[in-house]
Amino acid sequence: MIWDLANPTRFMGYSGRALPWLGGLAALTLGIGLVMAWGAPPDYQQGETIRIMFLHVPAAWLSLFFYSTMAVSALGTLVWRHPLADVSQKAAAPIGAAFTFICLVTGSLWGKPMWGTYWVWDARLTSVLVLFLMYCGVMALWRTIDEPARAARAVSILTLVGAVNVPIVKFSVDWWSTLHQPASVFRVDGPTIHPSMLYPLLVMALAFTLIGITLHLAGMRTEILRRRVRTLTILEAERLDAQAA
Amino acid sequence: MGQHAAFILGSYAVTTLVVLGLILRALLDHRAQQRHLSQLEARGARRRSARG
Repeated sequence: MIWDLANPTRFMGYSGRALPWLGGLAALTLGIGLVMAWGAPPDYQQGETIRIMFLHVPAAWLSLFFYSTMAVSALGTLVWRHPLADVSQKAAAPIGAAFTFICLVTGSLWGKPMWGTYWVWDARLTSVLVLFLMYCGVMALWRTIDEPARAARAVSILTLVGAVNVPIVKFSVDWWSTLHQPASVFRVDGPTIHPSMLYPLLVMALAFTLIGITLHLAGMRTEILRRRVRTLTILEAERLDAQAA
Repeated sequence: MGQHAAFILGSYAVTTLVVLGLILRALLDHRAQQRHLSQLEARGARRRSARG
């Protein structure tokens, strides 16, 4: 299937048909998730601020999801030389950065009333900030090299080096003593959140994932068009040069 | 929401703005590239593989 989609024209056909359905499903899931999130009972300790969790946690998961997507795409560029791997990599970066930004801001806005501070330099918060800076670095590097194939190789190396941070973000709360709480959903002994909050959280996470995937597909389609524009612009310039000569 | 309303609503406002920004950026960028491509094709630019 992945190699079947290696042809950009075929990918444009499939993704063009899938995109409206994915977008509709994302909007529907988000609507249901928001109703469930605002209908969930307040937490016995954190009160109404628990509603921030329904944004913060899905955004945090997606920040790691999109960096992992970029890392796999980087391998696709360097090892398997899949024609759409660098397109996927480039399209994923701004979406991952945006969700990491949401994670940082909502975490900060949740931290102030619960911890008494917007920010502490603990391992979880710092590693997520590093993740955000990695996304910014990757996006900056894309812009510094004009030729897409060369840019993709450089970005792939940077992305794979930065991928070391992904398990650090995930396990920082276990490896170090942090103000941030440990994992409460994906645990060996099962979730520690009450189902009345767990189900809305999972639906919101599904909605965020669908939004992210829809945006990623749309971004990949735009990147393919951008490369066609680039190729045609170069060919047109060559044709005009030949005519003038 | 009581005394924490500003933190809760602020979180939802920031998330809404960022996600809407992502959607708007995706739409505008796609339209811009489509427009460029149409203009190039209207001027007769074709890929070598499409020239036959």
